[in-house]
Amino acid sequence: MQNITLPSPHKILQVVHETNAEYTFRVQCDAPVNHGQFFVLSIPKIGEAPISVSARGEGYVEFTIRKVGRLTDGIFGMEKGDTLFMRGPYGNAFPIEDFKGKHLAVIAGGTGLAPVRSMLQYFCEHKEEIASVHLIAGFKDRDCVLFEEDLAKFRDAFHAIYTLDNTSAEGFEKGFVTSYVKEIPFRDFEDYNVVIVGPPAMINFTAKECVNQGVSEEKIWVSFERKMSCSVGKCGHCKINETYVCLEGPVFNYIKAKELLD
Amino acid sequence: MGYLVSKGRMDEIFAGRRETYRIFAPKQNGKVIRYGEIHSVSEIVHQEKSHFSPKEVFYPIIQTLLYFTDTECRESELTDERDILLFLRPCDLNGIRRLDTMFLKNGGHGDNFYQRMREKVKFVLMECRESFETCFCVSMGSNVASDYDLAVRFPKEAEGELLVEVKDPAFAEWFQGAQACDFTPEFVTENKKKVQVPDIMDRAMVKDIHALPFWKEFDDRCIGCGGCNTVCVTCSCFDTADVIYNETSRDGERRRIWSSCMLTEFTTMAGGHSVRQSSGDKMRFKTMHKVYDFKRRFGEENMCVGCGRCDMRCPKDIHFSETIDTLAKEVERLKQEASAKGGN
Repeated sequence: MQNITLPSPHKILQVVHETNAEYTFRVQCDAPVNHGQFFVLSIPKIGEAPISVSARGEGYVEFTIRKVGRLTDGIFGMEKGDTLFMRGPYGNAFPIEDFKGKHLAVIAGGTGLAPVRSMLQYFCEHKEEIASVHLIAGFKDRDCVLFEEDLAKFRDAFHAIYTLDNTSAEGFEKGFVTSYVKEIPFRDFEDYNVVIVGPPAMINFTAKECVNQGVSEEKIWVSFERKMSCSVGKCGHCKINETYVCLEGPVFNYIKAKELLD
Repeated sequence: MGYLVSKGRMDEIFAGRRETYRIFAPKQNGKVIRYGEIHSVSEIVHQEKSHFSPKEVFYPIIQTLLYFTDTECRESELTDERDILLFLRPCDLNGIRRLDTMFLKNGGHGDNFYQRMREKVKFVLMECRESFETCFCVSMGSNVASDYDLAVRFPKEAEGELLVEVKDPAFAEWFQGAQACDFTPEFVTENKKKVQVPDIMDRAMVKDIHALPFWKEFDDRCIGCGGCNTVCVTCSCFDTADVIYNETSRDGERRRIWSSCMLTEFTTMAGGHSVRQSSGDKMRFKTMHKVYDFKRRFGEENMCVGCGRCDMRCPKDIHFSETIDTLAKEVERLKQEASAKGGN
């Protein structure tokens, strides 16, 4: 019987310092990955953690990892050429085939941008496949801004609004993403989808604001983050009601997501 | 086929199979009755309920999953290739079916580390005709079990003989020459403790259950020690942790360790965010899993088998049986309120 929880070694091809606290690791990988999926990375001297794919390309995937607490610390000492153990990809994905040809609004908070970055990159390069993309990306302050190069490209390709929670800076509005949801012209769209990614409270408030703006719940898609030890439906950590986030998620339609009570 | 076998003869039979079988049963371990390897049936504690469940025999508290170096990773191997003969009661045998559901079915694939041990296990059903203080197996429908290989009735007197039923023909040869008799195990048909299982109608009701003030009672009472999960035969959750042999290298091993949904860290992610911080919320999560979620997901049976070990273990005298019972009453109250509203 094949052991799907056995990690395999992968070379680190590149390390990009996005911010002081967030690094992007480009890792050699040939596995087919769908937008929104995640891998389980072995963090040296610590253990395993589920990390979403923040970009994919010929022969590689990228992971953007935030230096928070003990869990992810060990990975920050790793450099190009080092070996990283990982397994995956796991989880479902954004229903990108359903998104094609329609309008798409993506609202992301902080590192929440990571799991939607590969999808945004795809539509940036294949603009003919989507009616339009409205992107609202919020960060705590100027130092927390991720994926600067991508943000510049997205600004040219999409209708983009970038925000900072409490300060203003060139190219950034001041305030939370929720304040800018009303800028998305949902009423003018014939058909559309909304993707919301970020911390739980941000997802919650943003989804409610979208509904206030007339968005029907079945058009909203969210991605959940939960603690996982196995990511294959055995360890029990990510269970909510009878749903396992690792198996049925991490992407949920809001109709289902709002029923999940921790 | 049934046999009458003396304890001495039984020990000889087991001794003759030691090269291919290890035998595990509940035995005295200091102050507690816990599962361990036995070499004589006299070691088996059958007059009392064991404090711990048999799951640790094939799902160890800690086990090494794999070994790694800087560039390689390899799966651990079993340290003992022998099969396992496991003495257990009907509730536990039914509980192990729940464990199998989680480890072998959930997600559509088996867990290798569980399966490689589990497939070695053969079951000896310990007849259980009299219920113990905290048992509520009848209420949970797990008082009767049929999926065993052997069954035994222990004699009342120390020197008496064992009655053995051989169900799996592979074991018939063990008892060749023994005195044949009619024996099939009897089962408990009534417990002192009776529990009403909540009849939860739909998801809307789950939302109402979530908001019940009743859960708040546990905020102060439950200290979140996780002892209930530890003794439960159906609790399957685990953590993994890496152990590095030497600070200057990356050589080490990955271990799986039992976890508990009653512990605060159970849902804590990097960065410190967690869900269900209060004991009441955790108790709700556990209770719903045991008497609703599991059945809703897998469609067959509730997870809790009513072994009552959690009630014995709790240092704060929280009785899970009563928690289930109270929830059932609350659910009935919610239904009445809903129908009263509907009637207006």
